[in-house]
Amino acid sequence: MPKLLKYAPGLTVVLMVGPLLAGLLGTVLPAFGYLPALGGGQASLAAWRALFAQPGLLISVRLSATTGLLATAISFGVVMLFCAAWQGTRAFDLMQRVLAPILSVPHAAAAFGIAFLIAPSGWIVRVFAALGGWDRPADIVTVQDGWGLALVAGLVAKEVPFLFLMTLGALPQADGERTRHVALTLGYGRVAGWFKTVLPRIYPQIKLPVFAVLAYSASVVDVAMILAPTTPAPLAVRILHWLSDPDLSMRFMASAAALVQLGVVVGLIALWWGFEKLVARFGRGWAEAGGRYRCEGSVRALGAVAALIAAGMVLLGIAGLAVWSIAGFWRFPDMLPGQWSVKLWLRELPALGDDVINTVVIGGAAVVLAIILVVACLEREQRNAATSRPGRGALWLIYVPLLMPQISFMFGLQVFFTFLGLERTLVSVVLAHLVFVLPYVFLSLADPFRALDPRYRQTALCLGASPDRVFWRVILPLLTRPVLAAIAVGFAVSVGQYLPTLLIGAGRFATLTTDAVALAAGNDRRMIGIYGVLQTVLPFVGFGIAMLVPAILFCRRRGMRRDI
Amino acid sequence: MPRLTARLMAAAIFGASLMGFSSLASADPAPDMQNWDAVLKQAKGQTVYWYAWGGEPRINDYIAWAGNQMQEKYGVTVKQVKLADTADAVSKVVSEKAAGVADGGAVDMIWINGENFAAMKRNGLLFGPWVEQTPHFKYVDVIGKPTTINDFTVPTAGLEAPWGMAQLSFFDDTSRVKTPPRSAQALLAWLQTHPGRFTYPQPPDYMGSSFLKQVLTEVVDDPAVLQKPAGDADAQKVLAPLWTYLAKMQPLLWRDGNAYPANGAALRAMMADNEIDIGFSFSAAEVSAAIANFELPDSVRSFVFDGGTLGNTSFVAIPFNASAKAGAVVLADFLMSPQAQLRKQDPKIWGSFTVLDMDKIPPADREKFDALDLGVATLSPADMGKVLPEPHPSWMELVEREWQKRYGVAP
Amino acid sequence: MATSPRPPQNTGLKLDHVRISVNGAQLCDVDLTVGAGEIVTLMGPSGVGKSSLLAYICGTLAHGFDVAGGVFLNGTRIDNLPPQDCHVGILFQDDLLFPHLSVGGNLAFALPAKIRGRARRLAAVEQALITADMAGFATRDPATLSGGQRARVAVMRVLLSQPSALLLDEPFSKLDATLRDQFRRFVFDQARQKALPTLMVTHDPDDASATGGPILAMTPQNHRTVGGG
Repeated sequence: MPKLLKYAPGLTVVLMVGPLLAGLLGTVLPAFGYLPALGGGQASLAAWRALFAQPGLLISVRLSATTGLLATAISFGVVMLFCAAWQGTRAFDLMQRVLAPILSVPHAAAAFGIAFLIAPSGWIVRVFAALGGWDRPADIVTVQDGWGLALVAGLVAKEVPFLFLMTLGALPQADGERTRHVALTLGYGRVAGWFKTVLPRIYPQIKLPVFAVLAYSASVVDVAMILAPTTPAPLAVRILHWLSDPDLSMRFMASAAALVQLGVVVGLIALWWGFEKLVARFGRGWAEAGGRYRCEGSVRALGAVAALIAAGMVLLGIAGLAVWSIAGFWRFPDMLPGQWSVKLWLRELPALGDDVINTVVIGGAAVVLAIILVVACLEREQRNAATSRPGRGALWLIYVPLLMPQISFMFGLQVFFTFLGLERTLVSVVLAHLVFVLPYVFLSLADPFRALDPRYRQTALCLGASPDRVFWRVILPLLTRPVLAAIAVGFAVSVGQYLPTLLIGAGRFATLTTDAVALAAGNDRRMIGIYGVLQTVLPFVGFGIAMLVPAILFCRRRGMRRDI
Repeated sequence: MPRLTARLMAAAIFGASLMGFSSLASADPAPDMQNWDAVLKQAKGQTVYWYAWGGEPRINDYIAWAGNQMQEKYGVTVKQVKLADTADAVSKVVSEKAAGVADGGAVDMIWINGENFAAMKRNGLLFGPWVEQTPHFKYVDVIGKPTTINDFTVPTAGLEAPWGMAQLSFFDDTSRVKTPPRSAQALLAWLQTHPGRFTYPQPPDYMGSSFLKQVLTEVVDDPAVLQKPAGDADAQKVLAPLWTYLAKMQPLLWRDGNAYPANGAALRAMMADNEIDIGFSFSAAEVSAAIANFELPDSVRSFVFDGGTLGNTSFVAIPFNASAKAGAVVLADFLMSPQAQLRKQDPKIWGSFTVLDMDKIPPADREKFDALDLGVATLSPADMGKVLPEPHPSWMELVEREWQKRYGVAP
Repeated sequence: MATSPRPPQNTGLKLDHVRISVNGAQLCDVDLTVGAGEIVTLMGPSGVGKSSLLAYICGTLAHGFDVAGGVFLNGTRIDNLPPQDCHVGILFQDDLLFPHLSVGGNLAFALPAKIRGRARRLAAVEQALITADMAGFATRDPATLSGGQRARVAVMRVLLSQPSALLLDEPFSKLDATLRDQFRRFVFDQARQKALPTLMVTHDPDDASATGGPILAMTPQNHRTVGGG
């Protein structure tokens, strides 16, 4: 039995890195001219020359970098400011409660919702239009603005809740609550005290999630296609267009561009890392200077307003989608549709059964595999604490899928699974999902798992229980809440996967998301509304179960109500 | 827990091997097109995975209907793989070729035309020729509708079967536009008095490129040169009138030409939001359907240009490594049958015009075509006016590349 | 890990020249025997390796320490065994009751599997609760107990696991003065009654004097002095 635990980290790394390397190879080779299927038989730099001749390439790269960096910096700032200003208050608890519904909204659905909010013909403008009696929307650019600010807003709205969730996981391990109290009793203002004492302790733990946000934001495709400018578009969107070009020779150039995209992400992470070192150096001086900063009313208000806007955008956006899904004809500038109709819902519902089953089976299988592997890795790490360095070894490799732009290895991954003869099977789709699901499950569970008081394990062992019995009867029950939360996060990630499901599954497994994306191509807001709502419901059910099960299971155990 | 891990692992590995083996579908021999009965026999029991754009519920429903008919008539199961972009199907076939899958591929049939077809044909990714040997091909109007055998001027060479006609038509909100402009020049003049009230999807989107081709066909000195590959003429000189036209139009577009809708379907939503007054599409029936689905106000009507508008044909093709070639051939043949074509032309179902010749099909079927009610906002085939031929794909590539240089990067 | 084991004594807990060092710096060097029913106190300031020593005895010492010497329990060497096979019970200053189990569940968890039959196990649990003066508490949620009650449950939990030795890691430091005295007596009585060799680590001279046993003062200078008591 310990043998299987022993192999868990290795197996996990192989399952993560194997497909990635194969996928990456499938991108690197065509970038340098090798793709015999399309007649590319020898090394050449033609793809690179074609790429650099593309008009506006530098603008695309710059756009990807600036929007990614800005979105990450703002998301990080908002979450830190909000936690600093409000940890331990009712507002903080309230935010924790609306977290699940916000996390459940898929990125693309949130982007559609936000687009409808901020477009010149959207809800916000309609408020003024109704007051001012305008009958046509202003001819101004809000969505798809040249600076990519709409894209930044859309990303921030979705990344703030994610980083908030990660911070919530990190706070207990860093003893955030008590540290904060000490700072308060030393006369520090809430915010300044938190930044000087808690932030340095939790930052190492939320660093990886921040990198993941940075990598995602700089290479996002679906959100960018809705909110980003198109003249030119960010690099990742253009890569997708080149990959979709009827002229198949463009695929060589797209592969080269995918490597550039990878370079952009690596560069941004390096930049952030360098900046972080700089801040750490000056921050220490700032902390030791002893400034108390007790007049902080406006800063706290800013934290609350920023968090409120981020949460409000997603919630209002999904509300907008819900309204669209039952709207009859809806004319500008009416705030609500003139007629209502459930006709389209009734037409779609009967066909949804298979979609839902496929989504749940694929997501369920991927998340079960992921949680088994993750728990096994973490359990092994804890068991071995006595005999080996508590180092995490090569396990950092499992975060690589988070940092690599999906688009840079999807084609190679497809070839890889086809080569194995596994393409089109449920197993391959599940394995492909696993590549994206597992890192998030690990990210969600690692902190709470490592934060569990090791003396519980020691006590149980010294009572004569075997390590396996200790795991099943003590460790796992104590971690019920974070384990279920990690499962819910993983499931939500799986539900949102489009390209891996379609390409690796060869279209054999229609899910809510594959159908939603296909129908979104028809641009009918009512259909987008219906599928956006449906895509949100499944993860929401997941988060709901993750909250309800421990509440029911431990309804008579007061000591289990708070995370330990 | 390791015990459970062990069990799950074993189950996963077992499952993997099981499904892995089952996915290695036995190679399907190319159907003998000289013997239709043999084709039917071979097709029976096959499952055809049809990769088709899935953005329109009406079309998905039509495909589902065709699937049911195939099951009843020929024992062939049809499964639509709904795509957001036909390129994903092409990508699938390319990746299989890269992995050396010469048989038992994932894609059995693709809804395709134009540049995608040209590229797959050029790279040897298609099965065939097979189209002309199918029983219903004899009803196809290859004379009156030459685009059924010349896809964007590229000869289909029996590699793809026609299954629907498309013609560019415009639509306007009659409550806002009194007299719609009926030519490219008239549209430009109208835009000067209504700045910001028209736009086109950003090329290389299919609809956006089609609009540019429409303008090109109208403003070019000699439309005949567009039927030949671009290299054969002095391309820059031929295209010059288009750039002159666009230079005038660009500052008058919606958002001053700094932003564009993503695709043709987006034009409908913009119309409903009162962002624009005139839109266009490749399916005149789309407007009636959109009104019925509350997407457009019921004051919207279709119109065409007096000098004619671009027309083309939609096709279905079979990849070189398809697993169910016979089944796909039978499906393609069924799609060309009067029964399937009639249903397709019915605006209540889809509203896509038939590829068949009314003089060739049995009179009983012809009467049914004549009896179709086309809906308030749909022009009858007779009112659609002259069909202009699509330029050779090489022109499109030139136009798209040059457009990207001039307008793809906002100043 | 251990070097040159000598022939062990046959009763009690024997620490045979146990030297713990970290990064080359020696924390402690202990050589002592705790007889059955005897309570030995280890006293000393923080950082002299008291807790590390206890962790080493029960097999839960974290990686990074270098240890020489051997630990023998009733003649069997145990410092190379995994913790669950050492038969050494440990009490920390926190009660560490499992919050997801009832009071009875916590106790039953400790009860060896060789005691079979639901009725017999329930009876053993109930008997332990009676000993702790908590009859009828089996179904209670640990979180609803008072500090003193929780501490007593923790002791009974250790005793139910039928250890052959008992380690106490400042188990009284979190209790208030009155409760502390009472509870201390309870623990020592239980340990003596079961004839357990008991090793206690504490800062508090009162704890030490209450044992009536030997007191070993551990100093940072790596020396040791044995005082009577």
